[in-house]
Amino acid sequence: MSSPAATYDLGKLYGGLRLPAEKTVSTSLEIQEVPIPDQLILPIAQHVGEPAHPIVGIGEYVLKGQLIAEPYGSLSAAVHASSSGKIVAIEPWPVSRRYGENAPCIVIECDGDDRAIEPPEDIAPYNTLEPRALRQMILQGGIVGLGGAVFPTGQKLMQATTLPLEYLILNGVECEPYISCDDLLMREQAAEVLGGAQILMHALDISTCYVVIESDKPEAIAAIGEAMAELGDKRIVLKQVPTIYPSGGEDQLVQLVTNLEVPSGGLPTDVGCVVQNVGTSAAIYRWICEGEPLISRVTTVTGPGVRSPMNVIARIGTTIADVIAFAGGYNDEAEQLIIGGPMCGKSVTTDRVPLVKATNCVLVLTEAPVYGNEQPCIRCGECALVCPIQLLPQQLHWYAFADDEKKLRSYGLTDCIECGCCDLVCPSHLPLTASFRNAKVRIQELADEKSRAERARLRYESRNERLASENELRELQLDQQKEAARKAGPSAIDEILKRRKRHDEDAE
Amino acid sequence: MQFERREAPFISPTANVGSIMRHVLYALIPAALAYVWYFGPGFIFNLIIAGVFCILGEAVMLHLRGKQIEATLADYSAVVTAVLLAFAMPALTPWWVTATAALFGIVVAKHLYGGLGYNLFNPAMAGYVMALIAFPMHMNLWTAPRMGDIDYQFMTFAETARFTFTGTLPDYLSFNAISRATPLDVVKAGLNNMRTFDELRAFPIMGDFGGRGWEWIGNFIAIGGVWLLLKKIIRWQIPFGVLAGILIPSGLMYFLVPGVNPSPGFHLFTGGTILCAFFIATDPVSAATSNKGRLFYGFGIGFLIYAIREWGSYADGVAFAVLLMNMAVPTIDYLTKPRIVGHGKNKAGEP
Repeated sequence: MSSPAATYDLGKLYGGLRLPAEKTVSTSLEIQEVPIPDQLILPIAQHVGEPAHPIVGIGEYVLKGQLIAEPYGSLSAAVHASSSGKIVAIEPWPVSRRYGENAPCIVIECDGDDRAIEPPEDIAPYNTLEPRALRQMILQGGIVGLGGAVFPTGQKLMQATTLPLEYLILNGVECEPYISCDDLLMREQAAEVLGGAQILMHALDISTCYVVIESDKPEAIAAIGEAMAELGDKRIVLKQVPTIYPSGGEDQLVQLVTNLEVPSGGLPTDVGCVVQNVGTSAAIYRWICEGEPLISRVTTVTGPGVRSPMNVIARIGTTIADVIAFAGGYNDEAEQLIIGGPMCGKSVTTDRVPLVKATNCVLVLTEAPVYGNEQPCIRCGECALVCPIQLLPQQLHWYAFADDEKKLRSYGLTDCIECGCCDLVCPSHLPLTASFRNAKVRIQELADEKSRAERARLRYESRNERLASENELRELQLDQQKEAARKAGPSAIDEILKRRKRHDEDAE
Repeated sequence: MQFERREAPFISPTANVGSIMRHVLYALIPAALAYVWYFGPGFIFNLIIAGVFCILGEAVMLHLRGKQIEATLADYSAVVTAVLLAFAMPALTPWWVTATAALFGIVVAKHLYGGLGYNLFNPAMAGYVMALIAFPMHMNLWTAPRMGDIDYQFMTFAETARFTFTGTLPDYLSFNAISRATPLDVVKAGLNNMRTFDELRAFPIMGDFGGRGWEWIGNFIAIGGVWLLLKKIIRWQIPFGVLAGILIPSGLMYFLVPGVNPSPGFHLFTGGTILCAFFIATDPVSAATSNKGRLFYGFGIGFLIYAIREWGSYADGVAFAVLLMNMAVPTIDYLTKPRIVGHGKNKAGEP
């Protein structure tokens, strides 16, 4: 099929893998809506930064779309009620973000009426707003990056505008196997996606937007192309990229589309790019143009362990158990539950965890990778060939094993994006990515410890210095006074004592 | 429902060490058959002896080191060492020479350094060099290839077995009757005796490029090597480096002073050049690790082979070249680290 306006002037992406897509298992149906559950579990930390502050009390009745926790501290994002009901608890609950730890959640018992708060009287068209005001508004909508990184979008936009910007890149590259929520979203909500792009361009004062889609999504390309023709906005350009994992990573996508490398430790804004997931773009459109905050999202429920794999639109806070039940439940072979994709996802022990803003996929696998049959590294170098960052995983593995912090840093451990490509090609079946994750934590701990020790040392030294210099000064003054007194002779000393006495009497 | 927690990624790797090593073994089958055809059944005995002692050495060392024996033997790395050693040994070698080489390679060069993955030196080459230095007399019994118009003596299976295990030749044969100088020896000695390369090439043992028979074995090794390349078991950098390292200097010298320098084709098709390029230098454990490093590593081996043949006292230099470059690997690795993405290409803030 001829894809509209698909272009291929692409930069170089190193390494990567062509993985079996496994996407068609979940793309045969349209997006299905999960009904309102009995209970909604809303973690107050669904974003990268500090948790939001709950502003509702237990027993309070809340409406759909009502703000229930407001952003507090750095990189925080608002949380809104996904349906109407009574707050029954604010308590720790198992979540997928942290392993084996519970996190505070607001629990709403839904009444099923789904009563929404009154929409604002008149929604001002976005282009009548100042970009700054628009960015503030996006911040209020609780909108975070829906690709999985959950960076609060408002803050991202505010940070971005401090640098000269050139491109807005809408990320429709869903490179991990199984996940198809962005694909379906683009097929069914192309107008919203592009509407969000226009809002973002206005908020950022950018005049070029690339919508980037992988070549294995012809339906999405066609839908976006049609919507583009309808919109007639010449600033938006559709780009088709080859299907290679992990081209959907933010930095990798920038590299692929602009041929610019995001500097180590930097952000795409350092090379003039702002990347937003297509789902985030649609969410921004719904918030700015329709007044609906981020209270639901499209999620892929898939894998060989689910009876009817599909894409669903579910309210944030619905438990995974409810979502799976909606998709026909587990089949008998279900073995492993993963939130996210098979490459970067997190395995969870219980399906009581809620679906959150980050949940782009619920994957149930029937067989889990086997551990314990690892062999020594034979230095074949296949891992280095597939590494998109051009690291040498075989060397990193060695240094991680030896706990050699200096070498780990000089071989770029902190640049590792944990894409998992090296694990897949390793003939010795080494858990490379897992060992790099652990090593990262360890060198962070070491750095923290070091900086703590360094701070303590500095404090101690500066105290010693201060005491010493105070002492010195005192002695110097004393010496000076003594010297002055000696020079002046006994009569002068008497004079001074008399003056002192007079002074004291005056004071009385 | 409750599940077990595991670490991403959740897709199992497909390759494994055992299958890589098995591919290497399959790739050597045509060359092994050619070897037996041209140089008699001695290769088979070398192979069996090397195999038995490599596996035995590996098993004993694994036991002593408290490692799993069966699982580790299943990686076939000891078998690959044995096969490479068998290819390196002269067709007629007393069993104890092969056995000593095998044990030295596995026990000293491999396991005393920590086993598979930790050995600095290529075990097969370490074993071969040990035997070459310790038993030079017994490492010199090369025969002529079995080709109609060449003066060769063919020993039967039983006669070869008798020689291998007892060191006695059949009554009607003497060492002088059976042993022949290899093409490399002939050329080296000939050039030292003021003959020209063209004169030497007219000898009946010389073929189109190298020695007759040897060339064909080389072709079969190359077929196996190319198959490994296609299967992506090995990558092109090392073979390319080795061949370039030997062809460039030999080509240059040949075209500058053709009379006293063997042709690049001769260098390519004699001795262990092709085996080294595709099977010995490509041993990943003892090779450099980055793509660029592997080019340098291969080139270094190729150049050293040329240098030893040209200026050294040994006729061939494959094993020495490989071991010398093994020593250089840590330095090559250090100097050829690839540029990490995001480090020093475009400056921050400049789109």
